[in-house]
Amino acid sequence: MEMPLTQHISSNRPALHLKDYTSVGGYQSVHKALQSLTPQEVTKMVQDSDLKGRGGAGFNTGMKWSFVPMNTTGQTKYLIANADEMEPGTFKDRLLLEGNPHQLIEGMIVSAYAIQANISYIFLRWAYKKAARLIQTAIHEAYAAGYLGKNILGFGFNLEMHLHTGVGRYICGEETALLNALEGKRATPRTKPPFPQVSGLFGKPTIVNNVETLCNIPHIVNNGPDWFKGLSPGSDAGTKLYGISGRVNKPGLWELPMGTTMRELIETHAGGMKKDFRFRAALPGGASTDFLVEEHLDVKMDYKSVSAAGSRLGTGTMIILDDQTCPVGFIHNLEHFFAQESCGWCTPCREGLPWTEKILLSIEDGEGRPEDLDLLEMHTRHMGPGNTFCALAPGAMEPLQSGLKYFRADFERHINEKNCPWR
Amino acid sequence: MAIIYIDHKAYEVTPGKNVLETCLTLGFNLPYFCWHPAMGSIGACRQCAVKLFKDEEDTKGRIVMSCMEMVKEGMYLSVEDPAAKAFRAQVIEWLMTNHPHDCAVCDEGGSCHLQDMTVMTGHTYRRFQYQKRSYKNQYLGPFINHEMNRCIQCYRCVRFYKDYAGGKDLDVFAAHNHVYFGRAEDGILENEFSGNLAEVCPTGVFTDKTLKAHYTRKWDMTMAPSICQHCSLGCNIIAGERYGELRQITSRFNAEVNGYFICDRGRFGYEFVNSKNRIQQPFIRAKVPDANNKQSLYQHLKKILSTHQVIGIASPRASLEANFALRQLVGSTNFYQGISETEAQLMRSILQTLGSGQVQSPSLKEMETADAILILGEDLNNSAPMMALAVRQAIRKAPFEAAQQIGIPSWHDAALLGFTQDKKGTLFIAYPTKTKLDELAANTIHRAPDDIARMGYTIANVLNHLSPVPEDIGEDDLKLAKRIAGILKKAERPLIICGTSLCHEALIKAATNIAIALGAKEKKACLSFVLPECNSMGLAMMEAPSLMQAADALKKGEADTLIILENDLYRRTQKKDIDDLFSHCKEVIVLDHLHNETTGKASVLIPVATFAEAEGTMVNNEGRAQRFFQVFDPKNENFRESWRWLDEFKQFKNGVNPEDLAAPGNLITELVTLMPQFRSAETAAPDARFRINGQKIPREPHRYSGRTAMLANINVSEPKPPEDPDSPLSFTMEGYRGMPPAPLTPFFWAPGWNSGQSVNKYQEEVGGALRGADQGKRLFSEIRVDKKTFLNDIPPAFTPVPGEWLMLPLSHIFGTEELSIYTPGIAERAPRPYLAISKNDAKRLKVLDQEILQLQLQDRIYMLPVLIKEELPDGLAGIPYHIPELTEIAWPAKGILTKPK
Repeated sequence: MEMPLTQHISSNRPALHLKDYTSVGGYQSVHKALQSLTPQEVTKMVQDSDLKGRGGAGFNTGMKWSFVPMNTTGQTKYLIANADEMEPGTFKDRLLLEGNPHQLIEGMIVSAYAIQANISYIFLRWAYKKAARLIQTAIHEAYAAGYLGKNILGFGFNLEMHLHTGVGRYICGEETALLNALEGKRATPRTKPPFPQVSGLFGKPTIVNNVETLCNIPHIVNNGPDWFKGLSPGSDAGTKLYGISGRVNKPGLWELPMGTTMRELIETHAGGMKKDFRFRAALPGGASTDFLVEEHLDVKMDYKSVSAAGSRLGTGTMIILDDQTCPVGFIHNLEHFFAQESCGWCTPCREGLPWTEKILLSIEDGEGRPEDLDLLEMHTRHMGPGNTFCALAPGAMEPLQSGLKYFRADFERHINEKNCPWR
Repeated sequence: MAIIYIDHKAYEVTPGKNVLETCLTLGFNLPYFCWHPAMGSIGACRQCAVKLFKDEEDTKGRIVMSCMEMVKEGMYLSVEDPAAKAFRAQVIEWLMTNHPHDCAVCDEGGSCHLQDMTVMTGHTYRRFQYQKRSYKNQYLGPFINHEMNRCIQCYRCVRFYKDYAGGKDLDVFAAHNHVYFGRAEDGILENEFSGNLAEVCPTGVFTDKTLKAHYTRKWDMTMAPSICQHCSLGCNIIAGERYGELRQITSRFNAEVNGYFICDRGRFGYEFVNSKNRIQQPFIRAKVPDANNKQSLYQHLKKILSTHQVIGIASPRASLEANFALRQLVGSTNFYQGISETEAQLMRSILQTLGSGQVQSPSLKEMETADAILILGEDLNNSAPMMALAVRQAIRKAPFEAAQQIGIPSWHDAALLGFTQDKKGTLFIAYPTKTKLDELAANTIHRAPDDIARMGYTIANVLNHLSPVPEDIGEDDLKLAKRIAGILKKAERPLIICGTSLCHEALIKAATNIAIALGAKEKKACLSFVLPECNSMGLAMMEAPSLMQAADALKKGEADTLIILENDLYRRTQKKDIDDLFSHCKEVIVLDHLHNETTGKASVLIPVATFAEAEGTMVNNEGRAQRFFQVFDPKNENFRESWRWLDEFKQFKNGVNPEDLAAPGNLITELVTLMPQFRSAETAAPDARFRINGQKIPREPHRYSGRTAMLANINVSEPKPPEDPDSPLSFTMEGYRGMPPAPLTPFFWAPGWNSGQSVNKYQEEVGGALRGADQGKRLFSEIRVDKKTFLNDIPPAFTPVPGEWLMLPLSHIFGTEELSIYTPGIAERAPRPYLAISKNDAKRLKVLDQEILQLQLQDRIYMLPVLIKEELPDGLAGIPYHIPELTEIAWPAKGILTKPK
């Protein structure tokens, strides 16, 4: 089984330095792209590979790049790596950042070449201190070796790369809020259209891609789109970093073919549920995805299948709810997070999320009323996509709406018994 | 035009606009908060949701924010869709979760957009059961009250204050449901337009503190359409009164002039009307004790007027009617402008330029569309604040054209901000010191007035070699002149701004030459002048000699008596000259509303009405004649319009007995007959005979309360409301309830729309001109002169003379203007006297910042603290212009500075 993303990552040794990375084939895609491919050819390759954005939205990456205006010589364009990984339960990018930062830099050089961007940023989550150190070192090494800076490897392409560390706001993972934050403004999302490809950072054409997405690029360029598609038996191409947290025997992170089932992940890779804990449900791709339950265990973890089951693949890192954890408390904890991380720009999110959080807390504390369930449902309805400014609030409603569906009896027990049965 | 379908009905609408403004224009009551017609859309509040359908077949549709959707041909929309309606009601419910519901004690109550929108969506029942969040309020200075708990986070305040008006000290802090709108710490809001926060805020977070001091509900005020008296721009205002006291000034929308906003001087400068310093009754010095007795006053005046040689001194702050009535009383040959010869000459020069047909005098709205601007010798934020705001918009909007090319419409503020970033239009400023607009300028030069004029002449010469060129222009200056000329020439809509603030005629001539050189046969270049006072233009157009010539006539014995109309002559020139003028008078009759040094010299003193108690017409800097209307009938019956007194004086001078006095005729009609240059002024507003359905237009809203009770302590019978024979407005609640013509609109109100946002309903298209647009009348003819006649009066370069400083009058928004300083908050904000000098001069004089220097200026000695301005050229010394401590100066002036021992 091929594991292109993690092949050079090992928990037994530190991340590869440039010399070691190149000796195992690192930066070959830069040579290949700059030497023998036009930017359009790189974009086409990525588009043909059917690589979908690994940040959660699942949009075809090459297609996203193709909206960048290309007939504009001399215009400033930007490429940004979204390394602001703050989705609860998600730690996949961290592995890539701490395990092999050169792979990200390599992917960014090729991607920047594809859209002809000359300035790039890595927007890193504040708490990833170790990654920051490693990335900074890797950038220095890449500059010293001529992979960054002016006239890269003598092929005439220029690229500057900067590391920017955020201040710990979840909303900065939203690409347009990230742009505002990077410009030194309040981290509120921007309206789309205009899309960042046309008017992004400092008003210039910009591509923001997730770390895992960018790390796939060198392998696609080196091995071609068909190889990439062949990595997975299912409908989505490539491998995926899947993670599991919760009461399993071996919580962790694995690179597996796209479309591996939930059951295989939990039972084979995570070693099954801990003794005395039963699986009740899982958020398949981070806190802002709908619950899947036992009946979904054989669902393939790819974009289409998870969506058909009523949830989203999201980041592909699962949080498992067991039978000894109160689902109401579980959801309350999530909504507390989302309410706190709302940027305060649009009304539904700013005012609606704290309200749901307060209702959930009162139910959990045994002070809930039957009509509170209607109020919660009302919130899930009115905070749907399109009603809010960005995807934060609709995402926040996903575990709540599916929780109300799957755990309604638990909610009602809290209200009827006037306390939490798990306490 | 495009056809769109709203709830299955077809409408013809303007394509390219957003759906919200389109729906409002069509008369739909669609609620909104964050959108503002002057500031565009950001999509934050989610209040204006409607359903958008793919086509006629689509029954599901999706909810969209109408403010963020562009109108497109064949669009299918629903305002009444149940899901959209439910969502709008939900948004209000969310907004109200933390709102304190303190309407009863909130100044906004009754004119609150949040109240209106809440009622509109039908949210009545509270389901939120938890504790509300609360905030600490801030002290924001003497003008604005802060009550953060009421905030619904629409972001309009910061968008107006920061993005629109360029303020730096109001911002949004924190995040999620704790976002906070205020300053980093308690303190005075610095921006000149802070008062607009009270109107921009949809609820009671930012309210007018001066109103709070004598609070009354909007519905309880008697209101009239009026014109601001505090600078030459003539912004339109609504003035409201209760119990004989002027309570509040708000902006009155005028698409051509001030749009939605006014400056803080205009909004808060009204307290002089309520001042204890008002002249309460007629007074005859040392002769007749009871001048309040009409009979004896008239006898006395009749004697003076028929036996003395009388000269009339007119005023740039009095209306056309008042000045004209004075002219009719004393005769055209005895009629003088009450301004210095310097100012009179500046005005003659400006009139000549604007009347020449070679340039275009633009409105503020037209100025907002300029794509390159040159300012010669004006500090606009201080001398004409709303013009500074217009310039700011022009500079801000210039890059919007590029945004439109990638499909961002001009109303889409959210996208525009992201795209345009810090790109701006081109602005050049030449002024002796730094000004607030410098931050927007591509180039600023800080020079002496003569050198600014020379730069102007050089630019004009680069543009057209027939325009004279100064000798010995330095290479760098020539380079800069070429750069500026190149950009002005390339611009589609270049704009030159100049004015009288530095009292320097060469600037006006230089600006004139630039504008003439820029103009093309089909398109005249825009040239705007800032003038000293609210009716400076109207007075200048009467073409009378100056105060100095009046002094000469007195000295020659051609006259022995003065009638001074609304004018403190001690503000015009040196004290000794005015003292000397009075020494040649046997009698001095003064008509004014406030006591001042001149009224102290009066042998007969007549109290007159302020703008709030009078009707009149004024001409603004653009040459636009606009009428203001009496707000209320003053309790003191001596507060009569100047023109009424003067007309009566004329009658009994002609032998009419006091008891037989007739009401004055239509003065404006008489004025126009005698002086055709004012021709259009007659139709600035409908005259007193105007009626709609036979009815007058009420100054009081139909909810006006307490009418039968408010005077019951005096008499239980309700008094008959005062009559107003002079205008089509009435002092009552009764009359025509629809929408009157724009110049006669006393307040904006529509069913369901109690706040100022109701102006939507008065506009032809939301954000555009009022219905039946009649926004004042431009007096300057639209004739086009093809021949270019350049002026030639180039001053020599400025060279400092050892031991002597050229004095600079530095304008201040708070302090320079005579009447607004009576508002305590404005007096508080006015600068203390200072002496601004250059760093080198300070070194030479061996003084540090704040140290006291002695200034010998004309016949006065002043001890003033030094303010070192690094950018100020050597040999110049600036003092705050016309603040109360520094009047009685003849400008231009030279001073001697010495360090006191």
